[in-house]
Amino acid sequence: MTDAADRTDAAGPRPALHADVVVSRGDLDITAAFDVAPRHPLAVIGPNGAGKSSVLSAIAGLVPLESGRVRIGARTVDGLPPERRRIGLVFQDYVLFPHLTARDNIAFATRMRGGRAAARAAADPWLERYGLTSLAGRYPAELSGGQAQRVALARALAAEPEVLLLDEPMSALDVEVRAEMRTELATHVREFGGATVLVTHSPADAAALADSVLVLEAGRVTQRGTLDELRAAPATPYVERMLAASAD
Amino acid sequence: MTESTTRAPAARAPSARSARSAVAGRLSWPVAVVAGIALAVLVLPLAALVLRAPWADLPELLARESVLQALVLSFATASIATACCLVLGVPLAALVARAATWPTLPRRVLRAAVTVPLVLPPVVGGIAMLLLLGRRGPIGRLLEESFGVTVPFTTGAVVLAQVFVSLPFLVFAVEGALRSADRRTELAAATLGASRWQVFRFVTLPLVAPGVAAGAVLCFTRALGEFGATITFAGSLPGVTRTLPIASYLAMQSDPDEAIALALLLLAVSVVVLLGLRDRWLPGVRA
Repeated sequence: MTDAADRTDAAGPRPALHADVVVSRGDLDITAAFDVAPRHPLAVIGPNGAGKSSVLSAIAGLVPLESGRVRIGARTVDGLPPERRRIGLVFQDYVLFPHLTARDNIAFATRMRGGRAAARAAADPWLERYGLTSLAGRYPAELSGGQAQRVALARALAAEPEVLLLDEPMSALDVEVRAEMRTELATHVREFGGATVLVTHSPADAAALADSVLVLEAGRVTQRGTLDELRAAPATPYVERMLAASAD
Repeated sequence: MTESTTRAPAARAPSARSARSAVAGRLSWPVAVVAGIALAVLVLPLAALVLRAPWADLPELLARESVLQALVLSFATASIATACCLVLGVPLAALVARAATWPTLPRRVLRAAVTVPLVLPPVVGGIAMLLLLGRRGPIGRLLEESFGVTVPFTTGAVVLAQVFVSLPFLVFAVEGALRSADRRTELAAATLGASRWQVFRFVTLPLVAPGVAAGAVLCFTRALGEFGATITFAGSLPGVTRTLPIASYLAMQSDPDEAIALALLLLAVSVVVLLGLRDRWLPGVRA
């Protein structure tokens, strides 16, 4: 388990994600079905309040499904509690453990499976790979937005998930650092190599991080395809506006 | 790196506070006068106690066998009561915090049950416990017939009375901390493979630790000062159930100087505890 940070594209084949979810969010019923192949990240894009984050929460098991299925490879996980799904989730504002240092945040998943010493040692390669070694002893309140994002991603990936979910990974960052962090995040997602879903409302994030796009509006999927395909034939006024806004 | 969004609220807080104190600085004089009288009501009796204390005889008074006996008994029973409150109160606080999502009626019943000892005269609690655990009480008879154990008028009864009156302090302190903790950290822990118990042990409990500490301290001071339920349910047997407040009350009739010395001792403990507590740990002070 200690070599998870060093895993590269040479690692064995990773399972695909199949999600077919119906979630109720009180004011809105959300229906979305999609498959995500490993190494081909999907961006779920849509206006605020469209239900994008609810879809991720449902896949991760944090909110119950009204109906549907979530499968990872041959494994059906929708009946399992979140801790047994092996789905990593990076929250929009990271939700790091405020009482733990960067190192102990990253070591958390390993710690849950074994001893403290082993877990702390297992965090070393992650700290190094994410350029966090000098910040290992800092608490989340002492980290910048970009540093917190690195810790959050390393914490999720150190749990060796089979699927990675990213909820608006750029939105908590200052505008000046977004482009840089986007490139960095794209590298890490590529290295992860498993099925990845990211929620965003930015076509720039989708372009940098994902192979294809699924548009969610008011709880319904209105279009799917690559960004080029969306550009060629936007299905709704929202898609058209969104792509136009990002043209500059 | 520039400042992250997560830090921004903390940076804004001081300006909000200074704005509030600027408003507080404009108190009109009638309000200030009444506030001054209120403060005097709270502080003057204690000042009288300190002024009238037999300072010269204090070492001799506090070294008396009866005083030492009460002192040891009080600290021992209050410590055990606090430990009991921690074991019982943290899970109860978790239940009360979780009850926020319950229907109105059961939620109110639960909250009322936890609040009862705060508003009930302790003597009533003592009588109630006597009825439950006395020789003819339903549980008291069972204990006596099955195990030959009698609870009333024992040191155990002192601890029970203290737990009864002080448990709400712990429950509300921990519940407040649980409510203000970000529940999503628990969800994050679950996605990282933590079982429910591990979430509680490694995330929830450390996050509410300040609340637990504050609750334990309040619990201890309340237990130390407990009088009514104790004297009703446990009596006043020297060395067995005669705690500091009871000893002080009794001494007032025979040897006022000893009573004042005991009272001073209890006051000193309270002041030390208050100074040790930070403002933010005390429920109500923040608001």
